[in-house]
Amino acid sequence: MKLFFKRFYLAVILVFMYLPIGALIIFSFNESKSMAKWTGFSFHWYEQLFQDPSIAEAVWVTVSIAVIASLTATFIGTLAAIGMDNFRKKSKNVMVNLTYIPMVNAEIVTGISLLLLFIFFNIPRGYWTMLLAHITFDIPFVIFSVLPKLRQMDPGTYEAALDMGAKPAYAVRKVILPQIAPGIVTGFLLAFTMSFDDFMISFFTSQGATQNLSTYIYSMARVGINPMINALSAIMFVVVITLLLVINLRSVKKTKKPPQAESFR
Amino acid sequence: MKNRQISGVMNSRKVFALPYVAWIAIFTVAPLILILLYAFTDTGSGGVMVLTAENLARAFSPLYMTVFWRSVLMALIATVVCLLLGYPVAYMLSRMKPNRAAILSILFILPMWMNFLLRTYAWRALLDNAGIINQGLMALGFEPVQFLYTEGAIIFGLVYNFLPFMILPIYSVFQKMDTSCIQAAQDLGANKWQTFWRVTLPLSKGGIVSGVTMVFMPAMTTFVITRLLGGSHFMMYGDLIEMEFLLMSEWNFGSALAVVMLILTILFMWLMRKYDKEGEGGALL
Repeated sequence: MKLFFKRFYLAVILVFMYLPIGALIIFSFNESKSMAKWTGFSFHWYEQLFQDPSIAEAVWVTVSIAVIASLTATFIGTLAAIGMDNFRKKSKNVMVNLTYIPMVNAEIVTGISLLLLFIFFNIPRGYWTMLLAHITFDIPFVIFSVLPKLRQMDPGTYEAALDMGAKPAYAVRKVILPQIAPGIVTGFLLAFTMSFDDFMISFFTSQGATQNLSTYIYSMARVGINPMINALSAIMFVVVITLLLVINLRSVKKTKKPPQAESFR
Repeated sequence: MKNRQISGVMNSRKVFALPYVAWIAIFTVAPLILILLYAFTDTGSGGVMVLTAENLARAFSPLYMTVFWRSVLMALIATVVCLLLGYPVAYMLSRMKPNRAAILSILFILPMWMNFLLRTYAWRALLDNAGIINQGLMALGFEPVQFLYTEGAIIFGLVYNFLPFMILPIYSVFQKMDTSCIQAAQDLGANKWQTFWRVTLPLSKGGIVSGVTMVFMPAMTTFVITRLLGGSHFMMYGDLIEMEFLLMSEWNFGSALAVVMLILTILFMWLMRKYDKEGEGGALL
């Protein structure tokens, strides 16, 4: 009875989470534009989707910014974590606190603070300002994924490499990086996801000059969202599920340990 | 002496943090200083900046404080509902076999990969007066219910969007929790409620604090959810800031409103740091 109640509870919450997603996917196959009345099955919206230049543009902006921003953030953030790990306690604390800011700050405040920066220095808003903003909020995710790995590391190994004559850059590459690699990957994935999904900060830092998927959808939402977008999101959702399945099956095979949701925490 | 210090820095690993120190100075610290600068100044005639406390005085005036307190109330309700719904989920997940827990926790994260605007928009279609839910109600012989454009719809949307952000940090605290404390409590004769109130709950405090932070501030400052589900009838603090900034181009007053949010954030940051003594951001990731 208790077990039944628990399962029932989890099921209800999951239905709550997935109901709109299910509706979106089902109605992306609807013949008419309505999300309330089923008028017949059709691939109509999928066909239109691939012919729409403005959606293609928004997808391109979203993907390219997510890739460039998360790679740049991973590079800067990993180096920063290695550096910060060697700071004295006081300055390390200051840096950790500063790194917290974009994560704890309300997104709207981060957004307008960056907008003010671009206004103040007269930088026209668009693709590049959006990219800079994305790198900014991505870096903390990398740093906080890498720092714990650095703490777990035996500091002696790096010193040993130096004593054997390795230059610092070489020792970092050959000794430190392999040991913190899992943290780097986690940080990169988190950064990519955050960037891919971001609305608030993109909205303020691009001011409509460039549209990623989120801001594009928002501008459409007032007049009614075209089911093409539903079709697109259905495709993306299926891609994500497939990727997750592949990754998890592989990690099960590799480690024979239960897959952990570590990369998302 | 100075030379040796510089070469000392250059040879140590500290140097790797330099690009980030520069980045944080330009893109985190400078923008925050700009917010303060704009909040405390006004552009007078002739484009001269004048120091003033007027913007902040206006931000704290009764008219805007009404919006502030209403937003606090709505965000608070949404946060409490998220906590009440999410805490048991996190607890149950942590008690499952690792394999099943992994799958289920992915199921709770997965929705976040579908754009939140679209999911919220889908709720709008479902909850519409002619939407599927009302169709179902009418088919069962009930009167249709006006769900949309109410305060309830906004809170519903907030809970829907931010529930995973409550579940995940609490779940991760449960995973790391030393269960021997709980067993010890039970061995020493504590009943279920005593064990929960005096051991489990205090041990999960860190997760609750970061969950509350991750739900409350975004809930307080959203303007998308209010606009999609609440129509234009209700205004949260996020709507106010967005309006002043983009519609009215009132950057000075808008910054003053942002300063109010900053004060709240600092309060939360202080709370989080209290529970994250290792200083590794563990409470957030």
